[in-house]
Formats: sequence, structure tokens, C-alpha cells
Amino acid sequence: MTDPLLRVDGLTTHFHTDEGTVRAVDGVSFDVAAGETVAIVGESGSGKTVAAESITRLVDTPPGEIVDGRVTFGGRDLTTLSDRELEGVRGAEIAHVFQNPQDTLNPVYRVGTQIAEVLRIHGGVSRAEARRRAVTMLDRVGIPDPASRVDDYPHELSGGMKQRVVLAMALVAEPDLLIADEPTTALDVTVQAGILDLLAELQEDLGMGVLFVTHDLGVVAQVADRVVVLYAGKVMERGDVHEIFESPAHPYTRALLQCLPGRGERGGSIGGELPDPNDPPPGCRFAPRCPYAVDDCRAGGQPAAHPVDGDRTHVASCVFHGPGQDRSRLEAPVDWTGGQRARSQSEDADG
Amino acid sequence: MAEDERADEPLLIVEDLEKHYPIAGGMFGREAGAVHAVDGVSFTLDTGETLGLVGESGCGKSTLATSLLGLEVPTGGSVRFDGRDVTGLSGQARRRFRREAQLVFQDPDSSFDPRMTVGESVTEPLRIHGLADRDRRREVGIDIIETVGLTAADFDRYPHEFSGGQRQRLALARALVVNPRLLVADEPVSALDASVQSEILALLADLQAELGLAVLFISHDLSVVRAVCDRVAVMYLGEIVEVGPTASVFEAPGHPYTEALLSAIPEPVPGRPDDAVRLGGAVPDATNPPPGCRFHTRCPAVIQPEGVDVDQQTWRRILDARDRLVDGRFEVAGLQERGSGTSLEATIRSELDVPDRVDDPDLDRAMERAVDALAERDPGRAAQELAAAFETPCERAEPEPQPVGADHEAACLLHSPGAKSGRLDREGGFVWEGDRRA
Repeated sequence: MTDPLLRVDGLTTHFHTDEGTVRAVDGVSFDVAAGETVAIVGESGSGKTVAAESITRLVDTPPGEIVDGRVTFGGRDLTTLSDRELEGVRGAEIAHVFQNPQDTLNPVYRVGTQIAEVLRIHGGVSRAEARRRAVTMLDRVGIPDPASRVDDYPHELSGGMKQRVVLAMALVAEPDLLIADEPTTALDVTVQAGILDLLAELQEDLGMGVLFVTHDLGVVAQVADRVVVLYAGKVMERGDVHEIFESPAHPYTRALLQCLPGRGERGGSIGGELPDPNDPPPGCRFAPRCPYAVDDCRAGGQPAAHPVDGDRTHVASCVFHGPGQDRSRLEAPVDWTGGQRARSQSEDADG
Repeated sequence: MAEDERADEPLLIVEDLEKHYPIAGGMFGREAGAVHAVDGVSFTLDTGETLGLVGESGCGKSTLATSLLGLEVPTGGSVRFDGRDVTGLSGQARRRFRREAQLVFQDPDSSFDPRMTVGESVTEPLRIHGLADRDRRREVGIDIIETVGLTAADFDRYPHEFSGGQRQRLALARALVVNPRLLVADEPVSALDASVQSEILALLADLQAELGLAVLFISHDLSVVRAVCDRVAVMYLGEIVEVGPTASVFEAPGHPYTEALLSAIPEPVPGRPDDAVRLGGAVPDATNPPPGCRFHTRCPAVIQPEGVDVDQQTWRRILDARDRLVDGRFEVAGLQERGSGTSLEATIRSELDVPDRVDDPDLDRAMERAVDALAERDPGRAAQELAAAFETPCERAEPEPQPVGADHEAACLLHSPGAKSGRLDREGGFVWEGDRRA
């Protein structure tokens, strides 16, 4: 097998705070091949954004610190590159798109200038050439009348158009990997559909790998080839998009899918809360909320990534998928709601 | 009291509600125009019912909420609550309406002062509405906090000790503590994770059943609306374009805008063919909304005039080209250079995104004259040519709501008596039912 475009191996990012060490990302591994889209899904607090930002070391240090793991990209370990070497990688080889276009665009410069700037930094191209390519790129991301829009300021564009400009900035240097962190979350569904189309089209043209960070399972189903499910800094499950949606193996993944509005009568919910990031549970991070949890789940650290049904590409970090375990126990019907709803119901019943 | 007359009247009746924001312009700050944020909205909402209000950002959903609650003064229309006009109330009557109609926001933090215990915050409305007895307030507060699924001990805790989902429960408690009859929830779960969302939605449904609340549920998230609402109203650019029972609106949308909106929701099913209708263009400026149907500038089903029968997608593209020229959004300078080898005429057609030939002799000639005008660098004349030849009935007449199902109305000319009907297809085109071209 050829090496993937990006390999993240045991990535561990901590934040040192007054309350203690927050283990935001705690031994996360996954890879992205050229031309494919890998989605990292998780709820807020799962560590998905920190994982994505650790790849090119965008995490503020301090308080953040990448304490362990390797990020192999183009034969180099990005965690050991000098800042200067890393500057050359960011934007040119790995580009980032964030949720909020305002965070990327500078309000006082024309959008064309900002796109051209990327090329001037990385490509050493002339001013006229950079402008010409900015216009071409604006056209490619579907901005009508690019020859005049190139001179617009960000505030003259709608939210969807701004995110297209951000994509143009990210893609003008034709990166090998695009890291898109909730790129459509702030947009209306109608605008989102257009941006996702565009992303797929550009990915096909440029053959780049995409790491797509999102909490939206609908978007995941539409864009991803493979999925990494993150919970409290740990990978719960990893697999092909069909495997994850059609035969989820980890109780957490199943719970997440049940929470989708429209599945079941009124949508499921997971009782309880995310574990305290300063003091995670000693076993599986999900054990305190998992209705299937047994004693083995509550000690001995996060279970290994066990192959699901002998499939090495589909793995679940759950003791029930370990060798010799009885997986049929995961088929037992359970009450997911636990925690607060159960409490309010029992009180209602009492009263 | 006219109790009997009110008996069969819905709890809330909103009629032609309008909220315009004046824009100052010019040297002396005279009124230069107005943002038509809410522009003649009518609907009803009854006790025990949840009405969803959906639409894209900027369509006026939140302004509708604040205007109907009287938090902003509407510039027109009326709001009847429990049989009485509540626009322009004052004094006692105003306080009473403020108590009976409560608002919950997207961000629960906006309801809490970090330095006050949540118990104090939750019971603050009781104090404002005149319950001076501290012990009694505490009693009522604990009761409501338990109703929303927290415990009596939580009364004395501070907001930062709670998760986002718990804070949203507390925000609900704060709204419900004064026994309102109407709850307006503006994106109440949008800031929450999916697993917490469904928890809050289930709680809302329980509370509504228990308390018989009328709920106006505002959201841009259509899947959430589908899960919790009895009826749905769809808003576009300050107007309600469709309203009906949830199942009916989701399964058989009557307005092309609703159809586009629904088809854009990504479904959590991998490998499903993507059949989303793609809307071109942007939401128009609410200062100067398009004449006729406000959606006609983006509508894939925009109607062709009598006697014209060209491919529907071509028709849409030609109207887009016309609007670009009329609005002066077409760059004639540098056309020759941008063409790289093709004829000037071909470059113009490609940049305008119109076909080489229009399947209608009169229209084809008009298009040719427009292209010639552009070749002579006269975009004004080109705009005139297209504007004169290409017109849609949708820009002339403002569509009235028409019945499209049981208790289901859509304001689209396609449903006016005698209009030909059809449906959007997967390619974003439009198929007329009983297609004459087939």
C-alpha cells in the first residue's frame, strides 16, 4: 500500500489551564489519502477542531501543547518542523477553511488582493499574474462577474459569497490537502448545498485530500468517503461512511445517529454529560454514559481500536469488539435517556 | 367579557403585520428608503399548537417575533391575542400581555446574569410581575426548575456550573415561571449539539402537552421543525410564502421556494443521490424587494408568458442574464481579451450564460440584438432589448395565497386558478404536468 497523503498517529494535544491539564486530543490516529474526503465528526468538546488545528500547529502555544504523536505529510513529521518550514507548508500544501469567513478575510483589503497575496507569498508570481489568477479562481468558485468582484471588499459580499472567497484563497495555491472545519455550518442550507457541490468539484479537479470537520451527520453522509468519530478527545470508531451509517459498531456512534431528528418518534438523546476534560474517566471515555458499560469498560484506559467483524478498515474502540467478546450484548434494547430525562420522568410519576 | 365570541377564535391572530426600518440617507439624514423586514405577514396560532417558522437568515423571522410581542413597534398590521388587539398596549394591559407571551432565545446565556444564582434569574420575572413574597418565589422557582428536569438543589447554583443544554432548560424555566400561554422560541436549540437538541425538544413537547402552550418555533433548521411542529410557515424576504400542516408541507410543498429549501437538507444517508434544487443568485435586498413574487429572481419554476414555450432552464438563465444587464452587473470592458480565440459573440453568450439559439423565433431575434448591442459596448441598449422581450408574469402580479391542500396554502402564481401546474425536477429544472413538449 502506498503511503497516505496525511497520517496522524497518536496525536495528543493538551491545554495547560489554571484548573489543570485539559486533554483535548488524546492519542488520535487517522489518515487521509489523496483525492478522498475524511470527516471528523463529534459534538462540541470532542476535540475535533483541536485535532484539525494541531496538524499544522495552529493551536496557540501556550496554553496548548502537542505533547505526543506524529503528523506525517509528504515524508515529513510536521510536529518537528521549524516554524519557518511550517510556514511554507501552510497555505501552499495544506490549506485551512474555517467556519466563519470573517476570521479569514481582512475587512480593509479587496478580496482579489487577499487571494493574490497567497500566491505572492508562496508562488513568487508577479502582481499582474497573481491578479489574473485571482479572477480565474473567483470564477471557479462560482462568483458571478469575477472581473469586477475581484475589487470588492468583504463587506460587499453575502455570507455564502464570502465563504466562496475563502475557498478561493485556500485553493488558489492548489494545496494537496484541504482542512475544512465546519465550512458550511454558519450558512443557510441553500447556500451550503452550493458550497458542498463546489468543494466536490474542485476536489475532483485538483485531486486533493480533504479533511472535513463537522458535527452535522447529514453533511458527513453527503461528502465523506471515510469517517472518524471523536468523543472527549478519543477516537471511538473509524470506518467507511457506509459502515458508520449502516452498521455503526460503537455505542456512542449509535447514540449519535439516533439523535438525528426524524429518526424514531421524537429523536433519541444521550443522558448525562461529557466527562470533565481535566479528569477523564479511567476506562472508556464514553463508559459513564453508556448503557452497555460493564466493569471492563470502567478501567484500563480507552479500549484498543478493535477491528469490527474482522474488518481492518472499520475499527471501534469498545471492549465488546475485542477478541473473544460477546458482541450480541450490544444488540440488547436499552434506555438511552438515562440522566436528566429519566430523573424528571420519575419525579413526575412520583408527584 | 365576551368569552363566547372568543371561544372559537385562535389564541393568536396576526394580520398583515409589517415592520419597516427607515434608512437615513443623503446629507441631511432624510429617510432614503426602508428595509422591509416584515412585510404583511398573517397567520394564526392556537392553544396547544406548535407553529414552525422557517426561512433563510435575513428573511425576517426574528423581527416577526419581536414585533408580534411588541418588543419592537410594528409599522403596520395587527396582533390579536386572546381576543384583544395587543398592538399599542400600555400600562396594566401591556404588562399582562408581556407575562402571557414569553420569548426564549438561541443563546441561553443572554437570559442569565453570571453573578446571580439561576434561581434568582428564573424567578426574576415573578418579582417583576409583582410577586413580592421571597419564599413563595422560591417555592414556585424550585417547582419550575424541577419541571424542566433539574433538581431543587440547582436553584442556588450559578450559571457557569451548568452545561449549555442545562442552561437552555433553565431559560425555558425562566420563560415558563409566569405561566405564559404563548411561547415564542427563537432558534432555541441551534446552539446545542444534536444529542442535547433532541433532549430539549422532547422537554418542550412534554411541557407544551402539560401546560397547553401555544408555541411559535422559529428555526432555520428544517429537520428540527419537522420533528416538533404541527404546522409550518415558510418565510422569504419578509413574507410568508407557504403555510400548512407539517407533513403536508414537507411531503407536498406548494411553493417552489419551499421545495428548494427542503431539497437542500443533506440527508444522513450515505450514497443517496443528491437531488437538491440549486438556487442561483442571492437573496435580494430587502430595501428594494423585487416586484410581483419576491422569489421570481431565483425561482427555477419562474413562469413563461403566454405563447412562449422554451426549455425551462434556458428561460431561467435568460432572465438571469436580463437582470444582470438591467442591474449593470455585466462587464463589457475587456470582453475581447477574455474570449481567448472564440468569436466576440460567442464570448458574450458564454459570459451571459445564454445558449447560442433560443427556441422561439421572436425571442431569438431579441437575444441576437442584445448580443450585438454588447458587441458594440452598449450594455444599456442590450438591457432594453432583453427587458422588452423577456417578461415573466411572476414579476407583474403579487401572488395571493392559494389552497394547495387541506389547511395548506401557498402564494405562488402556479396555483392561481387556470395556471398550468408542474413540479421541480432533479436537475433544478421544471416539468409541467401533462408536459406539452413530451
